Amino acid sequence: MPDLQPWQLERRYDVVVVGGGPAGLAAAVGAREQGAERVLIVDRESEPGGILQQCIHHGFGLHHFKEELTGPAYAQRYLERVLEHDVDIVTDAYVLDVDPTRRVSLLSGRHGRTEVDAGAVVLAMGARERTREAIRIPGTRPAGVMTAGFAQKLVNMAGYLPGRRVAILGSGDIGLIMARRLMLEGAEVVGVFELMPHANGLTRNVVQCLHDFDIPLHLSTTVVRIHGHDRVDKVSVAPVDEALRPRMAEAWEVPCDTLLVSIGLIPDNELARALGVRLDPVTTGPVVTSTMETSRDGVFACGNTVHIHDLVDWVSQESQLAGGGAGAFASGRRSSADNVRLVPGRNVRSCVPHTITTDREHTVFLRVTKSLAPCSLRLGEVYERPLRYVVPGEMVTLKVRPRFLQGFHGGNLHVDVVPREEAAA
Amino acid sequence: MTETSHYLCIGCPLGCRLEVETEGDEIIEVRGQSCKRGDTFARQEHVDPRRFVTTTVAIEGAPWPRLPVATAEAIPKHLMREVCATLHTLRLEAPVELGDVVLRDAHGTGVDVVATRSLGRR
Ligand SMILES: Cc1cc2nc3c(=O)[nH]c(=O)nc-3n(C[C@H](O)[C@H](O)[C@H](O)COP(=O)(O)OP(=O)(O)OC[C@H]3O[C@@H](n4cnc5c(N)ncnc54)[C@H](O)[C@@H]3O)c2cc1C
Ligand code: SF4
Repeated sequence: MPDLQPWQLERRYDVVVVGGGPAGLAAAVGAREQGAERVLIVDRESEPGGILQQCIHHGFGLHHFKEELTGPAYAQRYLERVLEHDVDIVTDAYVLDVDPTRRVSLLSGRHGRTEVDAGAVVLAMGARERTREAIRIPGTRPAGVMTAGFAQKLVNMAGYLPGRRVAILGSGDIGLIMARRLMLEGAEVVGVFELMPHANGLTRNVVQCLHDFDIPLHLSTTVVRIHGHDRVDKVSVAPVDEALRPRMAEAWEVPCDTLLVSIGLIPDNELARALGVRLDPVTTGPVVTSTMETSRDGVFACGNTVHIHDLVDWVSQESQLAGGGAGAFASGRRSSADNVRLVPGRNVRSCVPHTITTDREHTVFLRVTKSLAPCSLRLGEVYERPLRYVVPGEMVTLKVRPRFLQGFHGGNLHVDVVPREEAAA
Repeated sequence: MTETSHYLCIGCPLGCRLEVETEGDEIIEVRGQSCKRGDTFARQEHVDPRRFVTTTVAIEGAPWPRLPVATAEAIPKHLMREVCATLHTLRLEAPVELGDVVLRDAHGTGVDVVATRSLGRR
């Protein structure tokens, strides 16, 4: 990769993007396309691309590039687009703070501690993995307990195998994908333990990562204790009852030297919180408008820092929009204010963006609380669409066109997903 | 004598439970699918299950010690581990470009293994 680092940072940029993952890259392109002249991306890693660089499996880009790419290939393709748009990228640089006047403080090896002023800011810091601490597994604190994503970085980038006999807690996609990776690298995966009665990850990952390698998936089972002095030597696991309480009498021990924890991602919202941006208590990311603007003027947000995505293609789409909003804002253009507030209704966990307009087309992303098939998606009393199925693990994407909202003049719009029979009644 | 084999469809998150009924080498019926893709998947999976393989290869002189690679096409499932074992014996030298072939015709499958990113010199 060419040396992308600018030797000198400007004092002022039209748009500063915090984070150079797929969200930040797309936001920078969006900003340039909407009139921002000087755009800077800041990332703390040694190269842009974010989490994609460690996701060496296929499954990226089917919508955006119309072919199925690996994570690194998607990142590289996208980075080429960014460079064509003449954007400054500074890596190995940590953004410490964004203040309400949109002054961005950053710390980097090459530039030291620096401040740059931004006409608009895009927050694109991605997500963090939930850790063992988040679920409080009792036991000792030996080496060999880590998140699945960290193990992924060790194996795929540093070329380091974290263990020989590995147990995995949680059946999220990262855990499933790591199960296969470790098997192909010559380690043994002794089992995946999932608290819920169903796998969390995609079926295709259950089949291709577990069944293909004869790795047992223990549903309604959890890790109740970690054993070992310096290094993990075993874990105790137990089935759980309907209330998800472990049935300790039926616990058994699983010898292993490593425990990977794959229990989900949460938006990295530290900067947003410090800036006093309004957060959605469900997604834990910022509340955003139809142009992905937060409650702070000129501060936009996109990607996993807003809500956890399962497809990078939607991250790119949403982030290009956010960058476009930032570019327009920095150029002194504002779009009409939103007049519709989306309210998650029956079986709906979250909706992003939180508000939209009745005069333009919007893409709305929903998460449901449970699986339903077949079912119907409803927008208040004005629109209904049949869906073949919904599952909590897969985001529902809905293009809301102005004609869907004819006869609706603004205010709260409830979004419900209901079983088909009920919808027909 | 008919026999029934079971597969889980990976075409979409519904994950239909598929049954393939065979008599000798002939597939008589596919059941359990909710759409046509399930039928196609079951027939392929029963006769010739194939997978894409992604792994990494050692590389010298690059900012990272490993280069991510993938088979250009899906290969027979039973060859996954052997192909990975061969890839693990390779030592590449930077620079490498996205799409460069790192292993030609892996295990006689006719499928090449290619780099899935570029890695320049450190
Ligand atoms: C293991 C795994 C498997 C996945 N598999 C698929 C798949 O098969 N198909 C698919 O389409 N999607 C997949 N996804 C989802 C997709 O990769 C993510 O949705 C996407 O990467 C999110 O992009 P992002 O830019 O929001 O976050 P990230 O990629 O996390 O990027 C955030 C960036 O911000 C930087 N950053 C954070 N804070 C700061 C700071 N203070 N200062 C400077 N820089 C900062 C970080 O270094 C990072 O580079 C997967 C995700 C994971 C984790
Ligand atoms: S058969 Fe069709 S509906 Fe069922 S899992 Fe496969 S693709 Fe999905």
